[in-house]
Amino acid sequence: MATQQTQVLARGLLTPAVALLLVWMIVPLAMTIYFSSLHYNLLDPGSESFVGLENFRYFLTDPAFLASLQNTLVLVGSVLTITIVLGVPLALLLDQPVLGRSIVRLMVIAPFFVMPTVSALVWKNLLLHPVSGLLAWLSTLVGVTPIDWFNDAPMLAIIMIVAWQWLPFATLILLTALQSQDEEQKEAAEMDGAGALSTFIHLTLPHLARPITVVILIETIFLLTVFAEIFVTTGGGPGLQTTNIAFLIYSQALIQYDVGSASAGGLVAVVIANIIAFFLVRVVGRNLEA
Amino acid sequence: MGQITLQGVHKSFGQLDIIKDANLDIEDGSFVVFVGPSGCGKTTLLRLIAGLEDVTDGRILIDGKNVVNVPPAKRGLSMVFQSYALYPHMSVRGNIAFGLKMAGLPRAEIDSKVAAAAATLNLTPYLDRKPRELSGGQRQRVAIGRAIVREPKAFLFDEPLSNLDAALRVQMRMEVTRLQKQLATTAVYVTHDQVEAMTMADRIVVLNAGRVEQYGSPLELYERPANLFVAGFIGSPKMNFVAGPPADQHGAATIGIRPEHLRIAPEGGGWPGTVSVAEHLGSDTFLYVDAGALGLLTVRGIGEIHLKGGDRVWLSPDPARLHRFDKEGMAIRQ
Amino acid sequence: MARRVTVRRMVVSTVAAWFFGGLIFFPILWMVLTSFKTELEAFTVPPSFLFFEWTTENYATVQERSDYFHHALNSVIIAGGSTVIAALIAVPAAWSMAFAPTKRTKDILLWMLSTKMMPAVGVLVPIYLLFKNLGLLDSLSGLVAILCLGNLPIVVWMLFTYFKEIPRDILEAARMDGATIRRELTYVLLPMAIPGIASTLLLNLILAWNEAFWTLNLSTSKAAPLTVFIASYSSPEGLFWAKLSAASTMAIAPILVLGWFCQRQLVRGLTFGAVK
Repeated sequence: MATQQTQVLARGLLTPAVALLLVWMIVPLAMTIYFSSLHYNLLDPGSESFVGLENFRYFLTDPAFLASLQNTLVLVGSVLTITIVLGVPLALLLDQPVLGRSIVRLMVIAPFFVMPTVSALVWKNLLLHPVSGLLAWLSTLVGVTPIDWFNDAPMLAIIMIVAWQWLPFATLILLTALQSQDEEQKEAAEMDGAGALSTFIHLTLPHLARPITVVILIETIFLLTVFAEIFVTTGGGPGLQTTNIAFLIYSQALIQYDVGSASAGGLVAVVIANIIAFFLVRVVGRNLEA
Repeated sequence: MGQITLQGVHKSFGQLDIIKDANLDIEDGSFVVFVGPSGCGKTTLLRLIAGLEDVTDGRILIDGKNVVNVPPAKRGLSMVFQSYALYPHMSVRGNIAFGLKMAGLPRAEIDSKVAAAAATLNLTPYLDRKPRELSGGQRQRVAIGRAIVREPKAFLFDEPLSNLDAALRVQMRMEVTRLQKQLATTAVYVTHDQVEAMTMADRIVVLNAGRVEQYGSPLELYERPANLFVAGFIGSPKMNFVAGPPADQHGAATIGIRPEHLRIAPEGGGWPGTVSVAEHLGSDTFLYVDAGALGLLTVRGIGEIHLKGGDRVWLSPDPARLHRFDKEGMAIRQ
Repeated sequence: MARRVTVRRMVVSTVAAWFFGGLIFFPILWMVLTSFKTELEAFTVPPSFLFFEWTTENYATVQERSDYFHHALNSVIIAGGSTVIAALIAVPAAWSMAFAPTKRTKDILLWMLSTKMMPAVGVLVPIYLLFKNLGLLDSLSGLVAILCLGNLPIVVWMLFTYFKEIPRDILEAARMDGATIRRELTYVLLPMAIPGIASTLLLNLILAWNEAFWTLNLSTSKAAPLTVFIASYSSPEGLFWAKLSAASTMAIAPILVLGWFCQRQLVRGLTFGAVK
């Protein structure tokens, strides 16, 4: 425990960070709440009027909202599933004695560090282009008609891009968790006659349960707001097929300039994120000793 | 000059009282050891003197001046930590010189003092090494060097030997005592090992649950323990305590007799019992005797005693060495 | 390993790992290869993997025709600036929470992390309007401010964990040695914390460099960093795949290198300590 003097100094040093974050949290949020109660369109300035909860009603009953909600759930759910279902075996593989393991690690981790706009465009053009893309060429080799991804299966395309970017994250987390597994526990199991599969099912998987939960929670928080990949490839379309909540709010705000509605939407997004955050903070808090 | 006095020192964390009303007078130049079981507050008391913790109440006087509101940097004390706490990014020379640098001494003076301290502790060949390149014993000496080079009013030691292996510990014990006598600086030393306490101290403070149980020389604590706790804590193996009829006979609630003062009496001439375990060390023999209603008694004999498990034996305490305690556990003096 | 690993296991693992690793890395590799092709070559089917005429013309023209370095400089300023400012605010905060914790420290830390979990899109509207009215749209200072606030929780969090790893008694030893708080910080704490601080800065530099929400929405050309610049290739006015590849390679190359050094920090920083 620090002495009196250091306590006083410490409080002072903490203030800027806390104050800034407080302002960052409260001011925009307060403004969003305020705007959400207005009928306010940037193309029609001066005509703002108070409409109470009507924006929410309008936003939540808008078929576009329901579509975007569905898209969001599909996107988040699919990416989570892919990254974990592929991440676990990948992590296990990287935990093995592999020659040149560091280079393989670098290859597996790289996609996470590529900026989203680059990832999206590389996939859209070089890989998924229906005429000159690599996948198109591979399909013709096996005699299958190449898929026009961004017209016929746009959501699937977006899912692929985002999953590619987040797979390294899941793999790295799970690999870290695997490497922290108690070796002696595994040796004891071996002395007790357990084979590799048994050890995996009864020791490794339970040990991974917690990191998998963490991966799910954190990925969900960040996946709810996937934006750049959609912005740069499909622009939310065709129609609404790849519009998630984040993109919907964006398009209402900066394409339709409907501030009121976009603000209402923004608050809905905040509420959803808060629910996830609540659970994540609980998990983090349990691990924290301050 | 390094006279330290504690007056009514009290330390609590919220509801928990860690130190309850400590009063001590530590003479300049003496080697005082704080000893006690885990959690008794000995390290806390040391840290209060150092200034690393604030007192809740009371005064701490160094050479007559109350330092309770003085930060540790300005108290003129040196501390040797249990983990040595060496600065990993500085060389041995840098570690030892740091305090002098903080005091603003001129470069030449720092260099000569560091050289002198290093010579005293046989660290001269290691001056340019980093702590991670040193062994445990060497790191410990650097920690001591860092403490002595500042010529403080007093040294504070927080269990400095507990991370060393047994042989090194014995050797360092002697070195620390020798050094302290040579420098004639007050030393306050915390340990949980009562053998260290007995061999190194001029006077010992026995602490229990935040209370000072007794403050006296090793021999005083051994021959005239003030209460049951001190009697049981000092001396290894522990003193034997007997309650009931034999105690009543001596007019006490409990009597105590050290294993080395329990004689093996001729048949029928003492407390009867059966040897449960006999340990033969050659130099000593330890007998653990089941004395029925009197409990398990430990006997220590010099040299070899030819008894084994299952043997019947009679034990008689040396009356001159019998300790008597009243029902509050306090010693009854003649 | 104390026991011998069977050769078979090593071979199988190695082949499998390289195969899947290669598969995952392939898009990036393909992009780099494409950057050395001519535009015509880049678009031809069947595509050629190694045996084509390698050229560096794309790298040359990317700068001439689209002012690549202007945007790269913006990226550097925005990522660097926001990270440095965040660090200046975060170091004292993390110090105070690590070395002078109170009963509320844990709550404050968790609250700070929760601000990072707030969806940016939720406050897009007020921030956009605020920036518009303050003339901060398409300005470097605006972007630096926003990204700084966005990454501040992570910087504080990571520094906190690194500071906590510094043994308390080394700092106390400095105090006993006569160091004032300021000197304790400069002579002992900071030198010991430098590796931790460096990794924190590195990771957040990467996160800021790759940020693609605020940069896309709050800048157009003057202050636009590389994320926006690359996004401009998405308009279908002619096919500039080779140039896109060249520009992208240059945009991500430094980050891939830095990212390599940052792996451990990634786990520490983005899982908020929930995985060790």
